[in-house]
Amino acid sequence: MTTQTGKRKDRETEKMEVQAVAAAQVVVAEEREESHRVICQLTDPEGTPLGSPIFLPETAGPKELQQLVNQLLNNEEKLPYSFYVSDHELAVQLGSYLQKNKVSVEKVITIVYQPQAVFRIRPVTRCSSTIAGHTEAVLSVAFSPDGRHLASGSGDTTVRMWDWNTQTPLFTCKGHKNWVLCIAWSPDGKYLVSGSKAGELICWDPQTGKSLGNPLMGHKKWITGMSWEPVHLSAPCRRFVSASKDGDARIWDVALKKCIICLTGHTLAITCVKWGGDGFIYTGSQDCTIKIWETTQGKLIRELKGHGHWVNSLALSTEYVLRTGAFDHTGKHYSSPEEMKQVALERYNKMRGAAPERLVSGSDDFTMFLWEPAASKHPKNRMTGHQQLVNHVYFSPDGQWIASASFDKSVKLWNGVTGSFVAAFRGHVGPVYQISWSADSRLLLSGSKDSTLKVWDIRTQKLKQDLPGHADEVFAVDWSPDGEKVASGGKDKVLKLWMG
Amino acid sequence: MPQGDYIELHRKRNGYRHDHFERKRKKEAREVHKRSKIAQNTLGIKGKMFAKKRYAEKVLLKKTLAMHEESSTRRKVDDNVREGALPAYLLDRDETTRAKVLSNTVKQKQKEKAGKWDVPLPKVRPVAEDEMFRVIRSGKRKTKQWKRMITKATFVGPSFTRKPPKYERFIRPSGLRFTKAHVTHPELKCTFNLEIIGVKRNPNGPMYTSLGVMTRGTIIEVNCSELGLVTPAGKVVWGKYAQVTNNPENDGCINAVLLV
Repeated sequence: MTTQTGKRKDRETEKMEVQAVAAAQVVVAEEREESHRVICQLTDPEGTPLGSPIFLPETAGPKELQQLVNQLLNNEEKLPYSFYVSDHELAVQLGSYLQKNKVSVEKVITIVYQPQAVFRIRPVTRCSSTIAGHTEAVLSVAFSPDGRHLASGSGDTTVRMWDWNTQTPLFTCKGHKNWVLCIAWSPDGKYLVSGSKAGELICWDPQTGKSLGNPLMGHKKWITGMSWEPVHLSAPCRRFVSASKDGDARIWDVALKKCIICLTGHTLAITCVKWGGDGFIYTGSQDCTIKIWETTQGKLIRELKGHGHWVNSLALSTEYVLRTGAFDHTGKHYSSPEEMKQVALERYNKMRGAAPERLVSGSDDFTMFLWEPAASKHPKNRMTGHQQLVNHVYFSPDGQWIASASFDKSVKLWNGVTGSFVAAFRGHVGPVYQISWSADSRLLLSGSKDSTLKVWDIRTQKLKQDLPGHADEVFAVDWSPDGEKVASGGKDKVLKLWMG
Repeated sequence: MPQGDYIELHRKRNGYRHDHFERKRKKEAREVHKRSKIAQNTLGIKGKMFAKKRYAEKVLLKKTLAMHEESSTRRKVDDNVREGALPAYLLDRDETTRAKVLSNTVKQKQKEKAGKWDVPLPKVRPVAEDEMFRVIRSGKRKTKQWKRMITKATFVGPSFTRKPPKYERFIRPSGLRFTKAHVTHPELKCTFNLEIIGVKRNPNGPMYTSLGVMTRGTIIEVNCSELGLVTPAGKVVWGKYAQVTNNPENDGCINAVLLV
């Protein structure tokens, strides 16, 4: 990409500049004479320059810049972009921005353009229904990747599937011996797997609500996390990895119904496990390390050290794509696994771009680290600012932002590429347990111990919507991939559905 | 002056006395009877001391027994499903804070039943005025009898300033003033030492309410911000009502139960 641009730059600099200015001129033709000009350099989020620095009139705003970028990138469809000057969004005309921030007109201003989702998700505003059914606290809630099914795991040892169209219970899946701590959908939506406090895993069929085979035994203590193999690596989903308090992670095969590989090495409980898009497994543990495993033989590849206390949560920049697999906002469905694999691979490559996969880890030492595990074993950035432990980290679906939920009652927003601090969302009066992004990366949802959910607007960096209603702590939240609904569950034993 | 271990020396040379072990066994067997006799016959402070010592011995014995019992029997841990499920990310967290942090499933019911006092102690013994007040005679010849001293526990707010003593009609003795109460949460069964904010209602009359007199059955307002209660809308609850359950003037402390 860079070399291409470079070559093109040599040949076409003159022409491009003329073209660019011409594009801006169309919009602001009449003001052209008296307007001053600014030298601007457009770059993408990774810092690759787009064309050479160009003169832009001071009256050019985001709208004109968008037109310009679309033209320079030769996009057939006009895509929406947002523009950032030194990590602050450019919302006004260039001239007034310069005046306000007292930037010298002599310097080259670097404007970062970031593509926005072509669809827009409306914020949830009301509770559409409260469904009782569980007789104990709801510990986990998850929408299926295609957004058509909803499942929840609870302290009453059952997994329940819900029909969100009629907002009624669909199946009650019994089989676990103790609290169902976590559930995970396969990226093709064919299986649901759940792990309990007794250490057994059960695989369920979402169509019938029946378990597929006996419980998978092997873990000696409770299950802390599960992650499926991405669909673009193997077409019908078969393998998944589970992490347990006993310090082991195990790779299971759904078809063979047994454990294939046991990943041992951590000296303390594993808190979080992720199966990356490059085919590696990342495990974060209470022994302060993050280990990276290869999946054919279960060898340890790399160990990331840096945290001073438990690692609580991991997130991948491509996590949302891995979770949803081939399903996107258009709601298309695929008949064959090969087709699904193809589409998923396309989506993954598009999302990842040229840069390697990024990993962020939140810890009990109140900090977070941004890693590029494929490139080096040293952290790319250390993110400090929280005053309490970081319980949950999550990359936005477009990989542009990182959100972190902490017990210091705040949610913080960080730049997903560099890891620099962007904003803090304050408003909760209790520790924030879980967060969830909307599919268009414009909204963020957080659930807290103070029994409320809050929707935050990334653009204005303000509270968009306060959603009271739960009678007690909110343990789990999930925003459906199609963006229409939010489900939340907590200690008050009910599942709540929220709509826009 | 130590006499040396002549017994041990003798035993080393000549062995034990022929009936030593029998005597020992018999002495031990008699020991319980001897003890019982002492226990039955000691009186007063000696008896108390003896009982206390015996009690401590027994507790130690039972503890030791229980400890041995536990180590010999194998039990299955975490077998049954417990109440109060927690998500995986909270399982390893410190449980000590949990007792303090309350749930608001226990909602503020008095909001729904506004105006109706549904209290743990609905009826209390009325306190007569001459029990509540002691008349203080004043004046040079001690002929005036318009001063009163309150004989019950009182709450005096932090902003209170005394009137000139000459004109002060009601005296609230500083020894009977309280600022903190032991408040029990009825559903959590745990007790907290909370600050008193004010006296909401004294069942004996509005005058006692305004004087801040706390007798049994009085409703007081306590500062429960450290309990971490939240309303359904996510705001922190600050003040809550509690009812006094003991006779503070007799006990020297205020015990109350939180109204939920």
